[in-house]
Amino acid sequence: MQKLLQLPVNAVNIVKTVQSQVQGQEEDKSPVLTPDSGQQAWYSALQPDELRHLRSGDQEERATLEEAKFSMFSSLRHDDLKEMLDSNKDSLKLEAMKRIVAMIARGKNASDLFPAVVKNVACKNIEVKKLVYVYLVRYAEEQQDLALLSISTFQRGLKDPNQLIRASALRVLSSIRVTIIVPIMMLAIKEAASDMSPYVRKTAAHAIPKLYSLDPEQKDQLIEVIEKLLADKTTLVAGSVVMAFEEVCPERIDLIHKNYRKLCNLLIDVEEWGQVVIINMLTRYARTQFLNPNINESLLEEGGGGEKTFYGSDEEEDEDEEEKEKKAEAAVMAKRKPYVMDPDHRLLLRNTKPLLQSRNAAVVMAVAQLYFHLAPKAEVGVIAKALVRLLRSHSEVQYVVLQNVATMTIKRRGMFEPYLKSFYIRSTDPTQIKVLKLEVLTNLANETNISTILREFQTYIKSMDKDFVAATIQAIGRCATNIGEVRDTCLNGLVQLLSNRDELVVAESVVVIKKLLQMQPEKHSDIIKHMAKLTDNIQVPMARASILWLIGEYCEHVPKIAPDVLRKMAKSFTNEEDIVKLQIINLAAKLYLTNSKQTKLLTQYVLNLAKYDQNYDIRDRARFIRQLIVPTEKSGALSKYAKKLFLALKPAPVLESPFKDRDHFQLGSLSHLLNAKAGGYQELPDWPEAAPDPLRVPEWTKCSSREKRKEKKVEKPFYSDSEGESGPTESADSESDSASGSESASGSEESGSGSESEESEEGSESEEEEEEEEEEKDKKKKKKEIKKPAIAPSSALKNYELLHRITGEGLSVEYCFSRQPFSPDGNMVAVQMQFTNNATSDTKNLHMEDVKLQSGMRVKEFPEIELLPAGETATAVMGIDFCDSTQAANFQLCTHTRKFFVSIQPPVGELMRPVFLTENEFKKEQGQLMGMNEITERLTLDVKCRNEHAIVQRVTTAANLSRVPCGSDKECRFAGKTVTSGSLVLVTVATKEEGAAQLTVNCEKMVIGTMLVKDILLALTQ
Amino acid sequence: MIHSLFLVNASGDIFLEKHWKSVVSRSVCDYFFEAQERATEPENVPPVIPTPHHYLISVLRHRIYFVAVIQSEVPPLFVIEFLHRVVDTFQDYFGVCTEAAIKDNVVVVYELLEEMLDNGFPLATESNILKELIKPPTILRTMVNTITGSTNVGEQLPTGQLSVVPWRRTGVKYTNNEAYFDVVEEIDAIIDKSGSTITAEIQGVIDACVKLTGMPDLTLSFMNPRLLDDVSFHPCVRFKRWEAERILSFIPPDGNFRLLSYHVSSQNLVAIPVYVKHNITFREGSSQGRFDLTLGPKQTMGKAVESVLVSSQLPRGVLNANLNPSQGTYTFDPVTKLLSWDVGKINPQKLPSLKGTMSLQAGASKPDENPTINIQFKIQQMAISGLKVNRLDMYGEKYKPFKGIKYMTKAGKFQVRT
Repeated sequence: MQKLLQLPVNAVNIVKTVQSQVQGQEEDKSPVLTPDSGQQAWYSALQPDELRHLRSGDQEERATLEEAKFSMFSSLRHDDLKEMLDSNKDSLKLEAMKRIVAMIARGKNASDLFPAVVKNVACKNIEVKKLVYVYLVRYAEEQQDLALLSISTFQRGLKDPNQLIRASALRVLSSIRVTIIVPIMMLAIKEAASDMSPYVRKTAAHAIPKLYSLDPEQKDQLIEVIEKLLADKTTLVAGSVVMAFEEVCPERIDLIHKNYRKLCNLLIDVEEWGQVVIINMLTRYARTQFLNPNINESLLEEGGGGEKTFYGSDEEEDEDEEEKEKKAEAAVMAKRKPYVMDPDHRLLLRNTKPLLQSRNAAVVMAVAQLYFHLAPKAEVGVIAKALVRLLRSHSEVQYVVLQNVATMTIKRRGMFEPYLKSFYIRSTDPTQIKVLKLEVLTNLANETNISTILREFQTYIKSMDKDFVAATIQAIGRCATNIGEVRDTCLNGLVQLLSNRDELVVAESVVVIKKLLQMQPEKHSDIIKHMAKLTDNIQVPMARASILWLIGEYCEHVPKIAPDVLRKMAKSFTNEEDIVKLQIINLAAKLYLTNSKQTKLLTQYVLNLAKYDQNYDIRDRARFIRQLIVPTEKSGALSKYAKKLFLALKPAPVLESPFKDRDHFQLGSLSHLLNAKAGGYQELPDWPEAAPDPLRVPEWTKCSSREKRKEKKVEKPFYSDSEGESGPTESADSESDSASGSESASGSEESGSGSESEESEEGSESEEEEEEEEEEKDKKKKKKEIKKPAIAPSSALKNYELLHRITGEGLSVEYCFSRQPFSPDGNMVAVQMQFTNNATSDTKNLHMEDVKLQSGMRVKEFPEIELLPAGETATAVMGIDFCDSTQAANFQLCTHTRKFFVSIQPPVGELMRPVFLTENEFKKEQGQLMGMNEITERLTLDVKCRNEHAIVQRVTTAANLSRVPCGSDKECRFAGKTVTSGSLVLVTVATKEEGAAQLTVNCEKMVIGTMLVKDILLALTQ
Repeated sequence: MIHSLFLVNASGDIFLEKHWKSVVSRSVCDYFFEAQERATEPENVPPVIPTPHHYLISVLRHRIYFVAVIQSEVPPLFVIEFLHRVVDTFQDYFGVCTEAAIKDNVVVVYELLEEMLDNGFPLATESNILKELIKPPTILRTMVNTITGSTNVGEQLPTGQLSVVPWRRTGVKYTNNEAYFDVVEEIDAIIDKSGSTITAEIQGVIDACVKLTGMPDLTLSFMNPRLLDDVSFHPCVRFKRWEAERILSFIPPDGNFRLLSYHVSSQNLVAIPVYVKHNITFREGSSQGRFDLTLGPKQTMGKAVESVLVSSQLPRGVLNANLNPSQGTYTFDPVTKLLSWDVGKINPQKLPSLKGTMSLQAGASKPDENPTINIQFKIQQMAISGLKVNRLDMYGEKYKPFKGIKYMTKAGKFQVRT
């Protein structure tokens, strides 16, 4: 309070803080603050202090007092600091800077010192300079104008002859988050990208994501820089530029083609953090470019014997499998080309394998996930050992690794079986690790090892950690359901636990036993009897409910005990928990139906009690059951079936691992860990049906080996400088030589047998042919794309041409975006296609094939049109999930005679669907999409489009948005949501005098926003 | 990638924050505190916590939580590994990584963090490079600095970052050239009630302290490299050479570093150097329990077992323990129920034992649980797996270095179930 009194300015701020607290939290979302929000950020810096005021407790109070004292003198002290900063002595300046940095570190606000500090940016003393940089980067965003004063120093630094000074100047310059200097930054990055020093180029790569987050509009230019840096041949740059690639344009997989082999070969010499990023990116890349190495296996699986082949339990069986596989392969051979691994695919697997030996857990994990997602089944095993090694590391590392191992064990159990004992639990493990290990052990259990695992589980049950004991009981239940042989043993063990002293243990056992009994109740009436006796002792509601349900369900097996249990329960009904009450009613109803003579009165009594219960669920249930089971004149047809309703055979529950199907997320990723898509997660694409053109090869051969030799002289990778050892770069050289000789580079590299390499040659020949074909078609495609209009003109639904009747030999196809919801899948955009047969003969079997999509995109094909008579027209609707991007969907349109390559590219306006917002909602949402998410353009409206109606019409034509009601007639507002991610798109057109107007688009997806602005701009000005 | 870093102490105060991109309000840590409250033990706080706009990834070391704030997809291990690297660096610089040490050296910490990450992506994490950029504080240097006003920041420009051996700083000079290697093996084992081994593994590391002038190129070979089943290397080790010849060939970083960690194949029978005879019983109906523990050496190849420390978490029902050690001292914490017995050295002639009674809560039934016994020990001059270094050679420099090698065996996670 002292603080409030003595420092009115601060007090005002604090009051404001409280007001803006909600707002402040929302602001966290936007990574860039708008220029005018600098002040608000300052408030949020104060917020924690404020929170402390609100908290109670001695310690806090003391802290508050200290703080109060501190801020009381803060203005004085700051004067003092300013004086020190203005002095001539470096030691004083340094002392001042150190104190300021300490303030920043504690989260105190030091922004009022900005002018005094920024003066020292050119100080001679290197430590002062560094600390000034620290300060500058921290506060430049809030003091944009003053920050500009320092820019010239850095610009000078960019020209310095010393590479390290150039690099550090670029580093600080690009860290200053001030929008005005975007052009300067762009220029500096471009220049640095072609700097002689690889270190400066590395810094340039680091600067790219910084600039991108400051101004996403620079994306196209930045991609050019990335493209250039990707071609860099030094290890220093590789990691950083791939990082930039992942942040700015992960979808531009085409940029990787020509650098793929180089990246694979450099990988081992790249610094460890870069390795992680590169490996993760290459995993995604490989998924789009190569064929599934386990394709034959998955065919087998479809054939029905899948289960067996997949879960090979030991090596002997594996061998058997291989034989089987071979046979099956031979059988399939006639139909399909045998699988031959692309040499580039092999290259990736071979070059990443040594990294399993890295000391960095993240690198090991990255390689492990690469093998899991890309390697043939027989080779995946190598990762197990490395992952088990990671279990020795810090508990956080263990936590992440175990999560991934748990997912892997579901798909590939055999891999970890030899390491079963490494997952045994120690009493000193933290609970979360224990539970994960338990999960892995359960997944690994099979007929051969179940006895050892169960013995282990028995010791765990005696643990002092009760949460862990409960998890163990669940695990035993799962083992029992999965492995029939031990079901009885487990059941007996669990029944013994029923006499445990700890109630939680008993309760958990009851719940698990209930599930197990449901599988084969006939045999176990004695267990049910035993459990019936437990109702006297067990107090945990869930367990009581489970027992009652069991007795009710199987009352025919325990005809004498059941009514007695009901009698006891009726006595204690009023004191039970709600779930128990519901089960008592259930039990009563079931008994009434099977044994009404004995239980009629009891049931009536229970129902009467329930009728006056406080909980309406219970009252409802009682009423409902009374109607159903007690026959009256009025009772409907249902009561005849009451017995069937209540005592229907219920399917036994399936006890599944929570890690099942988690592998659709890329392993090792944050999304996998959370089992939810994290922001910026790049979906792991499915294997392509057919391998796309191997674009990697031609580009690589173009780069002559002479050029590379020169490069090597300049900078020798570490691993190749010891004698008698062929470093990766060298081997790459020889490879490229051979590759330039012939397309089939697979020869010596392939570990396979001779027959395989023969096949591979065949394979590559046919690939070549395909390639030529594809190229021709590519050209056609391009022609078509040029023809396509870029912008939707005024008519409501614009038709686009998909296939011209001349190219289509009489068949012409037009399509339009119907703007109807696509019913089979809400995330898809409906595309209505109109087929016209202008030829003289009929067209049959019109369908689509060979859909080529960017990662994440999906297509729902239109149903085949069997017959299109000459001169007739037919329509069909297909759905495309564009993943909120304007990437084209390419596919083949096939008739019974011909195939046509066509592509559909959506205008950005079609990637959204209208939503209805009120004016207030609109304003609220808009308030949340400020900063980087807001794009504003000034424009002059077309002469014909100066009235409200015309504007609305043009905007809604350009984009699939709906109008938002608006009080002012100067403004038109529109709202929509992107189809796939459901991000809001808000458009505002504010008109002024003489056709001047301002267009504002708010959208979380900045790319969409930018494109939409362009489209609407064009629609309104033409 | 990494947006911000908050350091939180055991009592839940944020005592340092650093932002690499826009400032993230420290109120984001409230989600962390919530999770912390929910967790019963400090180590049970989940390492990854999702919040509406950010994700918090934390590690706990030396009773300090290092909480990293990230905003979008990033491999969690990447962040965790980096945070551990930060802690290692602090430890390397300040000797200890405590709240006090960090607060005292806040400027150095800030400078380090600034160099280690650029825009959230790791830049320089190699301790050799960092030491070239920022000199570690020593008492002498601090004194000189306060008098002369000179700085901790390296005057020369860090050329290490540019070299092809980024882990070694250039221009190293020593008057005494020495290279020491410590082979340290840890036994992880679970022994069951009857004394038979359920699982036992040997994990080893070779830690090096190399102080050699110039750019030496070392090779280290083993007598029995086949023992090593699974290895992971410092980046300086040439992997190809190891694959082909089973020789470690490397240009070492300057100073302390971990050259190699390895795992001895579990197929080999692991020699267990100690045995435990125990008899811990609680009788029904009586408020007394008996505690009887005897340790003895076994398979130690004549070497003494030293620094033995026995600890055990007794059941909750135990009120107090009245024990009598034949050597060493024991403590029992009636709140946490943790019994620990500092035995010292095991004398094979007179085996150490700890006997006595435990008093239980009157009237309470006998505890179901059996406590596990954790044992720590050290054996000098022996690698339990039998690994032996054959020779160490140096190329590339003229002088003769002093070479030393030391073996040690320790207990890792060594547990006896009762």
